[in-house]
Amino acid sequence: MAVSKKSSEDLVNVQVDGHWIRVPKGTRMIEACKQAAAEVPHYCYHPKLTSPGNCRMCLVEMGMPPRPTPGEEAELDAEGHAKINWMPRPVIACANTVAEGMGIRTQSLLAKECRQGVMEFLLINHPLDCPICDQAGECTLQEYSVEHGNGQSRFLESKVKKPKNVDIGPRIRLDDERCVLCSRCVRFSKEVVDDDVLGFVDRGSHNTLAVHPDRKLENNYSLNTVDICPVGALTSNDFRFKMRVWFMRETKSLCTGCARGCNTLIGSREGKIYRQGPRENNKVNSAWMCDSGRMEYHRLEDPARLTDPMIKRGRTHNVVDWTEAICRAAKDLSRFKGDELAIIASGGMTNEELYLTRTLAESLEAGVVDVVKRSGSGDDYLSHSDKNPNVNGARKILKLRSPGSRLKLIHAGIAEGKIKALLVLGEDLLDIGFSEEELGGLKCMVLVHMIANPTAKMSTVVLPGAGYAEKRGSMINATGRLQRLNKAIDSPGLSREDWEILQGLNRAVDGKDEVTELVDVFGEMTSAVSIFKGLSFAGIGDLGVDVMDTGESVPLLEREAKRVRDGLIVG
Amino acid sequence: MPIVVKRPRLTLAEKCYFPALMKGLRITLGHAIRILQRKKKVTMQYPEVKWDDNLPEHYRGAPALVTDEHDRERCVSCQLCEFICPPRAIKIVPEEIPPGDEWQKVEKRPESFDIDMLRCIYCGMCQEVCPEQAIFLRKDYAITGVSREEMIHDKQKLYEIGGKREGLINKWNKLK
Repeated sequence: MAVSKKSSEDLVNVQVDGHWIRVPKGTRMIEACKQAAAEVPHYCYHPKLTSPGNCRMCLVEMGMPPRPTPGEEAELDAEGHAKINWMPRPVIACANTVAEGMGIRTQSLLAKECRQGVMEFLLINHPLDCPICDQAGECTLQEYSVEHGNGQSRFLESKVKKPKNVDIGPRIRLDDERCVLCSRCVRFSKEVVDDDVLGFVDRGSHNTLAVHPDRKLENNYSLNTVDICPVGALTSNDFRFKMRVWFMRETKSLCTGCARGCNTLIGSREGKIYRQGPRENNKVNSAWMCDSGRMEYHRLEDPARLTDPMIKRGRTHNVVDWTEAICRAAKDLSRFKGDELAIIASGGMTNEELYLTRTLAESLEAGVVDVVKRSGSGDDYLSHSDKNPNVNGARKILKLRSPGSRLKLIHAGIAEGKIKALLVLGEDLLDIGFSEEELGGLKCMVLVHMIANPTAKMSTVVLPGAGYAEKRGSMINATGRLQRLNKAIDSPGLSREDWEILQGLNRAVDGKDEVTELVDVFGEMTSAVSIFKGLSFAGIGDLGVDVMDTGESVPLLEREAKRVRDGLIVG
Repeated sequence: MPIVVKRPRLTLAEKCYFPALMKGLRITLGHAIRILQRKKKVTMQYPEVKWDDNLPEHYRGAPALVTDEHDRERCVSCQLCEFICPPRAIKIVPEEIPPGDEWQKVEKRPESFDIDMLRCIYCGMCQEVCPEQAIFLRKDYAITGVSREEMIHDKQKLYEIGGKREGLINKWNKLK
């Protein structure tokens, strides 16, 4: 084969729509086209899954340099590349890899006619459901139909009827008429979560996606199939008919359901969150997230959300303004020094909040500071057994060797009557082993929380905080990656972002008035906490940076890396 | 590049404007005489007398929802009218049609459908965008109320105004 001068060991020359580019050997043609900014439409191809090549949407025209006869010199063009002989038949770009001197045409007449033909076949039995379909607005069938399809259908026969509104799992609804049989969901279930419950039954135009008759699609990662479904065949029960996608604003954020810190996109409109889904980050969660994490945002809709700062007078709590509440809390807490005062923080707080807790503890000279441990069941994919999203941050910032171990001291301190005041941040003490009698003995208890829980009823000052999607900040996940939390919606009523409350307490206690922005808190933290040295809040970026080595790895990512090495997926 | 407009050269008659003045007076006088002769009416006693019968076919009045000959509410709450509405007068909350309903196969309908008639500018975009032929601009133009709440047309009111409309495309028929 004629090898052009420019090729090297691991890069090959490929011509895409007339332009020569160099891509690594073994690159899929569709990825090479992507690098050359020539988008190839596709349904079944997904970089994280194997390529069965069954949708035929990515057909392109391909050509190779001719093989010269012995003694013959390869015919070169002006740029020194071998002349390309175009093949009369199209090839699929998703499952074929590039070769030296290969030519790809994505915009030729042949390629365009192929797409038009495939679109026509996909649409003959597709229902006119768009007005009621949740996928409308982010449906690739809609998009490609506009871009590559015909204006009108030539199909006069009656459409094939398939089951609609099928209950295939507790969180998912299937509409078989909308399905384009791309098999992404089948491959996801089989390859990524090892729960092979989906498959195709029947033949020809009656080919139908179905769930195993004795089983349901109910694994904790089932909703990912809804995300990767290019059409509206699989829809989420939680999001079903709630809001059209074009109304929603998407905010890049994090899931705080466990220590994994999956990157998310939060869809909200006018102060209400409608869905939360994964955002691709190949260092944390690949392109997936668990179903329980997606439902985390419902915690913000608690009917018992605190909206106003309150002070307990006698047996009732009275609503006061922020200045009064903060001053009262600071005054009450300052009356106790050293061993008389303990702070119970939370592993769900951001680094900035933890840092402000640390400065507050220093100026109040609090005897004990600790966070609450919260473990649950993790799995072999993404879900972590540590259900606190930022215990690593608490370890480093509050200098805790083993978080949660000093709660015993607090129990003992209260029992002895040594501890008289308690500052509780984002925790419900009655839920974590403290009893009402125990807390009743305290002289003062200040609570920062977003929900009116039983602890709030016992607290002398209650300061309403914000939920995870209502504030900004940074967190360190289980693998030691520093990531950013962004604000999607405003917190209800007069409640404030927790770091603002803590900053208010700091100011009221030490009288200093310096830090005004969250970014400044992070800036101050970079000099006070060694692992943040040289970083900036903006520098964390959307995908985060590794700041510590915890020795942990993500099982799902390891398996994915192996599949990439084996050449099964692109990754 | 500025365009230079040449000032027209006026004739003497145009300069003294007297002939033009007389021309105007003649027209006015002509109308006055015709009214006195009861040959022409220029004032209509609204609201006792209304022009409604003469409204053109394309007249755009208050938007309303319609049902079809099968008494099915045609709106499936796709919210395209809410999206297109320039003054943001429309607010829709969708819901799923419960199992057992005659039209369960349609799956979706509005739980509430509010049009704020204080905001509505009668542009007709909602009617134009509707993929289900469910919202039409009627010829009602005198929309009044004594409070802001009264000026918000809810789903019930919208169907009341809209009524039944026959001969529309029956997309969700039983055979399909």
